[in-house]
Amino acid sequence: MANQDKEMKEEGADKVTIIVHSGDLDKIYSALIIANGALAMGMEATFFFTFWGLQRLKKGGLEKGPLSKMNMLGLGRWMVLRRMRAAKVASLEKLLSDFKELDGKIIACEMTMEVMGIRKEDLRVDLIDEYGAVGTYVQEARGSAINLFI
Amino acid sequence: MAEIKVDCRGQNCPVPLVETRKALKKAAPGDVVEVTGDHPASRKEIPMAVKALGLELLEVEGEEGGEWRIRIKR
Repeated sequence: MANQDKEMKEEGADKVTIIVHSGDLDKIYSALIIANGALAMGMEATFFFTFWGLQRLKKGGLEKGPLSKMNMLGLGRWMVLRRMRAAKVASLEKLLSDFKELDGKIIACEMTMEVMGIRKEDLRVDLIDEYGAVGTYVQEARGSAINLFI
Repeated sequence: MAEIKVDCRGQNCPVPLVETRKALKKAAPGDVVEVTGDHPASRKEIPMAVKALGLELLEVEGEEGGEWRIRIKR
């Protein structure tokens, strides 16, 4: 099984690396949809979660972000979520679980953890492959065909 | 040689693409994965993914804008 996956992956050995800086609900959606699309099309995908983005990796935090525009104290957010459910858009939990199932990689920013007082036990450590700083990100990014900052 | 069926009817972006990839990942070489859905963009994007993965597209059935069925050989 592992060998077959490797064979399939080598067909398109390119990679997408995404810095997830925002913790906004709509932007977390963008990041996960792009990454899952890339994984589905045979690319590798890596997330570097930093600043507000890292808040979403806290236990119970994934779906908690506000809307980046027209949040209106949560009213806009509520309306958008309702419309998303009507359009049968998948939940962030489903997208994140698919991301891991297709071997997506997650790096958590150590500096953010220090600055914001986030301990490892506050985070969903089962999802995190690595803890690192800018050097770790650059090593991922230099080998990636697509680099995004969200 | 098994035949694996994936039902993505009613699902939106990017689920049909991702479910197809998950099924292909679980399949053994020679297995056929058949995906059914109605998400318009996936009808053309699943064949794009099949090509990118270097696999064989056996059939795309169904009109544009309606329900479709795509068969892929792993």
